Amino acid sequence: MTLVDPELAQRVLARALAHGGDMAEVYAEDRRGFSLSLDDGRIERPQSGTERGASVRVVSGKATYFGHVDGLEQRSLLDLADSVAQALHGDARQPVTLAAPDRVERHVVVQRPEDVAVGRQAEILRSCDERARSGGSEIAQVAVGYVDERRQVEIYNSDGVAAADDRTRVRLSAQVVARRGGRVETGTQTRGGHAGFELLAHDPELVAQDAARKAVTMLDAVDAPSGRFPVVVGNGFGGVLLHEAVGHGLEADAVHKHASVYAGRIGEQLAHDGVTAYDDGAKPNAWGSDGIDDEGTPTRRTTVIENGVLTSFLYDLQTAREDGTASTGNGRRQSFRHLPLPRMTNTYFAPGDATAEDLIGSIDNGLYAVSFGGGQVEPATGDFVFGVSEGYLIENGRVTAPVRGATLVGNGLQALAAIDGIAGDLDIATGYCGKGGQSVAAGVGQPHVRIRELTVGGTA
Amino acid sequence: MSGSDELESLAGIAVAAALAAGATDAEAWSESSASRQIRVYDGAVESLSDAGSRGIGVRAFVEGRSGYCYGTDLAEDAIAAVAARAHELAQAADEDEFAGLPDEGGTTAVDGLESEAMRQWDTAAKVELALAVDRAARSRPGVSQVEQTVYADSEGSAAIANSKGLAASYSSTAAWSYASAFAGTGDDLMTALGIGLGRDPGALDPEAIGFEAADRALALVGARQPASRRCPVVLDAFVAASFAGFIGAMLSADAVQRGRSLFAGRQGDEVADPAFALTDDGRHPAGPSSAPFDGEGVATRATPLISGGQLAGYLYDTRTGRKGSVASTGNATRGSYRSQPSVGTTNLVLESGTGSLEDLVAQAGDGLYVTDVAGLHSGVNPVSGTFSVGASGRLIEHGELGAPVREITIASDLVSMLRAVTAVGGEARWVPLGGSVRAVPLLIGEMSVAGS
Repeated sequence: MTLVDPELAQRVLARALAHGGDMAEVYAEDRRGFSLSLDDGRIERPQSGTERGASVRVVSGKATYFGHVDGLEQRSLLDLADSVAQALHGDARQPVTLAAPDRVERHVVVQRPEDVAVGRQAEILRSCDERARSGGSEIAQVAVGYVDERRQVEIYNSDGVAAADDRTRVRLSAQVVARRGGRVETGTQTRGGHAGFELLAHDPELVAQDAARKAVTMLDAVDAPSGRFPVVVGNGFGGVLLHEAVGHGLEADAVHKHASVYAGRIGEQLAHDGVTAYDDGAKPNAWGSDGIDDEGTPTRRTTVIENGVLTSFLYDLQTAREDGTASTGNGRRQSFRHLPLPRMTNTYFAPGDATAEDLIGSIDNGLYAVSFGGGQVEPATGDFVFGVSEGYLIENGRVTAPVRGATLVGNGLQALAAIDGIAGDLDIATGYCGKGGQSVAAGVGQPHVRIRELTVGGTA
Repeated sequence: MSGSDELESLAGIAVAAALAAGATDAEAWSESSASRQIRVYDGAVESLSDAGSRGIGVRAFVEGRSGYCYGTDLAEDAIAAVAARAHELAQAADEDEFAGLPDEGGTTAVDGLESEAMRQWDTAAKVELALAVDRAARSRPGVSQVEQTVYADSEGSAAIANSKGLAASYSSTAAWSYASAFAGTGDDLMTALGIGLGRDPGALDPEAIGFEAADRALALVGARQPASRRCPVVLDAFVAASFAGFIGAMLSADAVQRGRSLFAGRQGDEVADPAFALTDDGRHPAGPSSAPFDGEGVATRATPLISGGQLAGYLYDTRTGRKGSVASTGNATRGSYRSQPSVGTTNLVLESGTGSLEDLVAQAGDGLYVTDVAGLHSGVNPVSGTFSVGASGRLIEHGELGAPVREITIASDLVSMLRAVTAVGGEARWVPLGGSVRAVPLLIGEMSVAGS
């Protein structure tokens, strides 16, 4: 599919630069989505939609002029360019000649979701419901959701970028409530990827089974202790800690605005030798991967921490230009209605030599935080808080009672320096990351990680 | 941008197309808007955005089954395709005996939704307003930087039509601005927001917004982790708004009927101190979320939620109303034409008390003044209501604000907290956190505060 042909893109860019600017860009998108959910045993809310639109951006020095329209008609694109150019007051510039966009399929989609009959998704949701309910009589409620999305984008800029990407994501999620007397607990699980329907070919019901197991387990939870403890953070979704407490501070816009504790620290030893971390937007079929970012830069793996030393920030075109470096392929946006920002893709710690059992076995009295209900961080200070949705006490080297209501409160730099063990069991989970009012798919992951000491805010 | 009459006619076309495709009932929601956003950094414009948006969403019913489809193309054949797809999707859903269009659609007159003054502001004047916010924030000694200042506004129209003959539309305007200021340096860098909102830029006081961001950040400089304690806690209006938003979400009849709310089955119960009263008001003249009708075309109204200390009622749309044998409260909300209606809050209004913030602090004696909470959405269990959230603020010592504190967690459960409200402040303001909330500061008699 061609959204905007290069000849029209060329004219739009020329009009956008009619009153000057360092760079002009047109971003065109066709996005289609389908979703279906099951709740209380009933299939409900089937929904689909199509949106087409484009944005035009002109960068001039540190200022950005931007506009977007619904629809891709030639007339509205040219009008949009004129309207954006109006805000500038310099001399016209000519964009370089554009070629046809590169189309490279870097994340193979085996079975296109739109080729799957609607009844098939409904079947999966029903069998998930059944599997969750087989978790015992304490399972009170099951909600399962299926979402697929296809975003076809074309990006042209006045420096000669002509790039296209065809992105398909599929995600299955389950939320299960278990009840015993007055106690009510919730368990959630998801599976997703930059992939097609094949993602659900093998035992999709496992997603519901995991959610049910977590909910039932948490019925036995005791109040969380308060104080400072060694903490083992689980693999997969446990990586949200890295994402929130470190990753956001590495995004170059935060660094430039002195809103990051990592500013000016490239080359500094921030963690033990054994700690290496990546942002990897090219990881095949991973949830946060794309072929190119939303400025047309090919995605890649960026080493942000190597053997404990801070090695790189995450850049989009504009922040890279300001630092005299190249974009790391992290210029991402929620849709054509948004400006690109430096954003993480899939961020994770590299696997280490230990096993999860080693890490847990070394602790007399601590907390095992398997997954988080979410978290928040203040990038300027690195202070963070995370709600532990599934957590256990560690007593005498063994995982014992589940705990509820625990929060981890701390500081990113301190937590990073306190990592003293990494296991080999890397796993990446599916998250949505919010920043500046935009939500994008972000893979969070890690192997099991041991942190020497963290503040646990409990309820006991 | 399309006018509201044109949107009403497009919605009518969509309804007819859905019926022609075989739907037994149908509803269409169409929208058109123009919006602007100006970001300022370090005394200069960082970005200037201008956007047009339009779209239509169609909900088709086949008896008790419903499907939804939306699109951005408003050509008649494209609208017909969206309507036909909604009908097709309806067949994938299970039968729902409570599903269907409202028995009675209607509108409530809400004055002043659209400000004529919006048109008198050109882009240059709006840029000047944003720069003034930024200047005010930076003018306070001790402010190390203003991370961002944003001015934004929108003018838009929305229309609804359904196969019971309803056709209605309205237009509205909104303008808002916020700044995020930093104070202190290094590990002591603290950040805070200042916010203002109204129907047009003239309703915004740029100095007040900038000073608020600066003063809230300055108040936290030098914050340390205090020792754990149980003590009286004063929540400022921002924090009270965040909690109110969470409580409002749990009063949705959908959450209640699905057993996902701690308020399920507790209508009439004592859930709060009588000093704490909460109403959802979809037609408040100053409410950012006010409108003549909700996302299903039901007239908006005021619904008491917690009154006289008792749980007075829940928020209903048509479906949950039928299930609960009550009328819709006009709380079918839509994020945009891209989402089908679902139960939600409009404007939450916390009933004002009489005292000033200083009075609440004096009454607290020795305690904690909380100006920010983090992780509310992950930290509160919606079913049990227990929560443990990160917080920062200042100690209260001998009835006065004392040393700033951070890296603390406050823990309780929502009902215990509401029952422990001992005083409600009188200085109400609109806060766009936790939805749209008219909030006041609250004094809670005792809470558990975890520090070092």
